[in-house]
This record gives sequence, C-alpha cells and structure tokens, in this order.
Amino acid sequence: MELLISTLDSTVRVATPLTLAALAGLFSERSGVVDIGLEGKMLIAAFASAAAAYVTGSPWLGLMAGVAAAVMFSMLHAFVSVTYNGNQLISGMAINTIASGITPVLALAWFQQGGNTPPLPDEARFAEIALPFVDTLRNVPVIGPVYSGLISGHSILVYMTVLIIPLVSWFVFKSRFGLRLRSMGENPHAADTAGISVARVRYIALFWNGVLCGMAGTFLSVYQTGSFIKEMTAGKGYLALAALIFGKWRPVPAMIGCLLFAFADAVQIRLEGVELPFVGAIPSQFIAVIPYVLTVLLLAGFVGRSTAPKAVGIPFVKSR
Amino acid sequence: MKFGQPSTLPRWAQLTLLPVLNLSAALLVTGLVTWLIGENPLECLHLLVVGALGYGEGIGYTLFYTTGFIFVGLAVATAAHAGLFNIGGEGQAYLGGLGVTLVVLSFDHVLPFWILMPLCLIGAMLFGAGWALIPAWLQAKRGSHIVVTTIMFNFIAYSLMLYLISHHLIEPGSQNPTTREFGHNAWMPAMSDMLAAIGLTIPPTPLNASFLVALLACVLFYLVVWHSRWGFELRTAGSNEHAARYAGIGVSTVIIVAMCVSGALSGLSAVNDLLGSTHRMNVGFTNGIGFVGIAVALMGRNHPVGILLSALLFGALTQGGLELSLDKPVITREMILLIEGLIILFCGALENLFEPFLASLFARFTQRK
Repeated sequence: MELLISTLDSTVRVATPLTLAALAGLFSERSGVVDIGLEGKMLIAAFASAAAAYVTGSPWLGLMAGVAAAVMFSMLHAFVSVTYNGNQLISGMAINTIASGITPVLALAWFQQGGNTPPLPDEARFAEIALPFVDTLRNVPVIGPVYSGLISGHSILVYMTVLIIPLVSWFVFKSRFGLRLRSMGENPHAADTAGISVARVRYIALFWNGVLCGMAGTFLSVYQTGSFIKEMTAGKGYLALAALIFGKWRPVPAMIGCLLFAFADAVQIRLEGVELPFVGAIPSQFIAVIPYVLTVLLLAGFVGRSTAPKAVGIPFVKSR
Repeated sequence: MKFGQPSTLPRWAQLTLLPVLNLSAALLVTGLVTWLIGENPLECLHLLVVGALGYGEGIGYTLFYTTGFIFVGLAVATAAHAGLFNIGGEGQAYLGGLGVTLVVLSFDHVLPFWILMPLCLIGAMLFGAGWALIPAWLQAKRGSHIVVTTIMFNFIAYSLMLYLISHHLIEPGSQNPTTREFGHNAWMPAMSDMLAAIGLTIPPTPLNASFLVALLACVLFYLVVWHSRWGFELRTAGSNEHAARYAGIGVSTVIIVAMCVSGALSGLSAVNDLLGSTHRMNVGFTNGIGFVGIAVALMGRNHPVGILLSALLFGALTQGGLELSLDKPVITREMILLIEGLIILFCGALENLFEPFLASLFARFTQRK
C-alpha cells in the first residue's frame, strides 16, 4: 500500500510538467502549427524562472520570468510559422538548439556554477502545500494514506494543473474561440472565408502555448529540482509531444498518456535491479523505451489510430 | 513584407548573397550574446579562428570534425531531396557505430585490414540504413509522420545502445560503459601516417582516411542526385509527389530508398569517430552529430559543395570553440550549440528573410540603368 502510494505520488509529480507541455502542444497543433519546440521552450523557461527566483527570492516572480521567456520563444515560432510562412519543423528544431545553447552560456556567465544556477533557498521555491484536515484524516484507513500521501503535499503548480485541464478542455471544445482554433487546424481556408483571421488565432494559440510551456519549465526548476541544471528537460518536451499524439490531440486523453508515461517512469526507478518472479531483473532501458515505442505503433495505426489535425504544418497562404 | 511568393532575385544572388546575409545575421546575434556576457566579440572571433585554422594541429582537428559533419550533412540532404525531414541522424549514427563495433569485435584478430575495413564501412551503412528503414516504411506505407517517428527512434536508439553497451558489449571487468579497445588492424589510417609515407610531414591528429571517404561521398552524391535516373526520381518525388505518381515513379520506394541512403550516410559518420579517433565505443559517442547535420544541410542548401563548405565552417567552429573555451573560462562549448541553433533559424526557418529587402535593392538598381 505504501509502495503503491509513493509510486502514484511520483507519477503525479512527473506527469504534471508533461501534461502542461502536452496541453501547450495541443493549442499550437490544433491551430495548425506543428510544435516540436516544446523541449526548448521548457528548457528556457526552467532557466529563466530559476534565475529570476534566485535573484528576487520569489517563486512567483520566477514563474513570471519563465512564462515570459517561453512566450518570447513561442512568438518567434509564430513569426516564422504564421507571418513568414517558414518551415515549422525547422523552426522548432532551431528553438530547441538555441535553448540548449544559450541556457548554459548565460548560466555560467551570471552564476559561475558550470552552467547551472545555484540551489534555490527554500523561500524561493514553490512549497509543498498541506491540504486542510491532513493530520486529522491521516489515521483513517484507506482514505487517510491516499489523502495525505497522494492528494495533499504537492506544489501549488500541481493543483493549478488539475484546474487547467478542464479549463483547456472547455476552452478548446466548447468556447467560441476554441471552435475557431480547431477550424484553423482542419481547414484554415474555410475559416478565412468566414472572416476569421488565421494569423490572429494562430498567434493567440501560440501565446497560450508559451504560457503553458513556461509553467512546465518553472515546475522543473523552481519546484522539483530547486535549481536549473544543464539540459534538465532531458527529452520531456518530446515525451509530451508523444503523449499528445497518444491522446489523439485531445486534452484528457493526452493527460492520461502523460500519467501513463509518468507511471512507467516511476515504476522503472523502483524496479531498478529488483528480481521479479519468472522474468528476473528487467533492464530499466526496456521500460524507459515504452512511451516511444507506443507512440510509433499508434502513429502507424497498429494499436488504434492517431490522426493529426489536417492542416497541421502547412503554412497558410491566402489565395494565390 | 510579402513572404511565400516566388523570388524575383537572380539565381546567383540567391545562392551567394542570401546565405552570406543569413550567416552574418546568426553570427551577429552570437556576437551580441558574447558582448552581453561581458566578452569582446571580435577578440573571441580572433581566438576562435586562430584556434581552428591558425596552426597545423588545429587544422587537423578542424578537418577531423568536418569529416563527420559532411556525412551527416549529406544524410539530411538526401532525405531533403525526397521532401523528407530526417531528424533521426543521431540515432542512425549511433546504430552505425553498433554495426562498426560488432564487425570489429568479431573479426579484428582474424581478418587483415584490407578485408576488415570494407566490412566495417558496410556494417556502419547497413545498421544506419536499417534504423532509418522502419520510420521510412511507416511513412511510405502507413502514413505516420517521419519527423515524429525519427524523433522517437532517436530515444529508442539511446535506450537500446545504453542497454547493449552496459549489458553485453562492455569490456569485461571494466567500470565504465565502454567496449574494449579495437585491434590495430581495425584502425582507420591516420592522415599523418599516410602523408608520411609519401614524404610529407603534418602534425599527428585524429584526422584520418575517412576524410577521403567523405570527399568521395560528396562526389557520388552529386553524380547520383543530379545525373542519375534515380536522382531524378528522388528530386521529382520530393518537389511534387502527385506529379511523380502520374509520371509513373514509385513514390513509396523512392521514399524508402532515400531514407535508407540517408541512414547509411549517418552511419558512416560513426566510422570517423570510432575507427579514426576513440578506437572503442563509448555511451553517447555521437554527441549530437545528427542535429549538426541538419544545420549543415540547411546552410549548404542540400548541395554537396555547400555542404562541404558548411561542414568546414562547423568543423572550425567546433575546434575553435574548444580552444576558445580553454582561453576564456566564461565561454563554454555550448556557445557552439547556440551558433548552430541560430544558423538553423536564419539559414533554415527564415532562409528568405532578407529576400524582400534585397529584391527592392535590386529593383532600384536595375531601374537606374
């Protein structure tokens, strides 16, 4: 029981930044702009937020800096993809590479710690919040451990993410803007004929993409690790992209994908070197590889079928 | 500003002025960052150029790095001519390394150099091509997007290789995840030894015979892409898939073969590293070379001459950057990654950014006449 709860607890921790990034990707790809730059935007946000939180001593100012940095990169992507009609994949690749390059360079110049930021003091990190009645409920069987071990004791960012998921679902699938957003991804020419500005909607979508990537990056550095570490995103942006595909470009299934991948990660750490009955010790690499293999199979239509928004990746050129 | 329209610039200006302007923009931004962190950009540039090209050893290392970059640049360009974006060069190079290593570990005490070396090249190409084959097949037959699949295959390659090296290929008794040292008959001849045989002395560097293979690959690439039947099919399928289909070209086959050639070229980049320099396989020896290939191909506009020049630029940046980071502790080797990213941005994503500006300049110039 205790092992299960601690595994699920770390699942939630790992899944939070993944979910935020996957939702960021959802905004962009539903509007018809491919985003393989999630990784880079998370990385730059992780650095900016840790640097700002260290200098100001406030996690909230850190969050704002992280969001600002990620939005800046998103706007660059929007300029290339929407205004300039450039290649969106190459732009995403450029964003990832620039972020990998500039973060250690600035970190070394500003903090002289080999490309990382100094560890943040406790007051500059997002604290773990104890929900009300944790202590009174702790000894209640079943509910107690679940409530105190799994539901309580996360950072405010986790609870914000829990609220953001239904919010994004509503925004994308029920609101007026959401309808326009999705039409951009399926048939921008029809939307354009109906008098909706393709460029405007795509810029707005990429703005929200930046905000969510900024939160994801901030979560990693200002909460989870407590400092910026070189290349700390370590492929999480791509994993989020995989989850988005896994979830067929829908918020809740994408979140389920993130939870699944995070669970695999949590299990992998706990299974390291453990002898299992019948199979023996499973090399951790076998579990680490599951999300990627699953994504490939899904895209190929061997296990269900995942189809991208129809107009994704094609620059919109208004009549020739 | 109007983007996405056909260019009005003369061809020579598109091929020379635009890339030079794009490169200058990338270097200008890098200079700005250098200045921001409190260093003198011009002094750094001077140190970098001297470190890369100022003395014999530096040139040797520059050309050594250039060799690998030529292979991955050609790899990305091959896929690009078929209209595909191969991000998987990293994984394909890693697997190419596996091919080389398996050949060497099995035969290096049995076979003589002249048989072993071609086998190594074939092993690198086969494994690299094999790793590209699956994404290619999925793209051609099942319509799954090659970019996403190749990204996923990079991660699968990391895990697979980590597992193979740390569980099976590791040198018995070693603490580090690395294979045993390769036998001497599997070493690519060093350029300094080869030139010494004909009476020329150059300082000993990792520069090796792979450089000649890379130059040969450039020539073959040119001949195959522009002067062969398959090259025509490749470029037709890449520029207009529908037209290619109507012309009776088997687009799926072209896509699959193009990706396999691309993977084979990526795989060859491992030969330069493993047989020319480290003489053993370490975890993560590719070190991002597949991604450099994207920048090299974009800057070289998918043409072998351009790729040779931009590979040389990246070779010089890598070597000069390492020297620079020794002289200037505040500048890390990630600075090269920043330049790489900016070059991908300006030469790839924003390749015609200065086109309207240049076009209006040209228009005014011709009017005056």
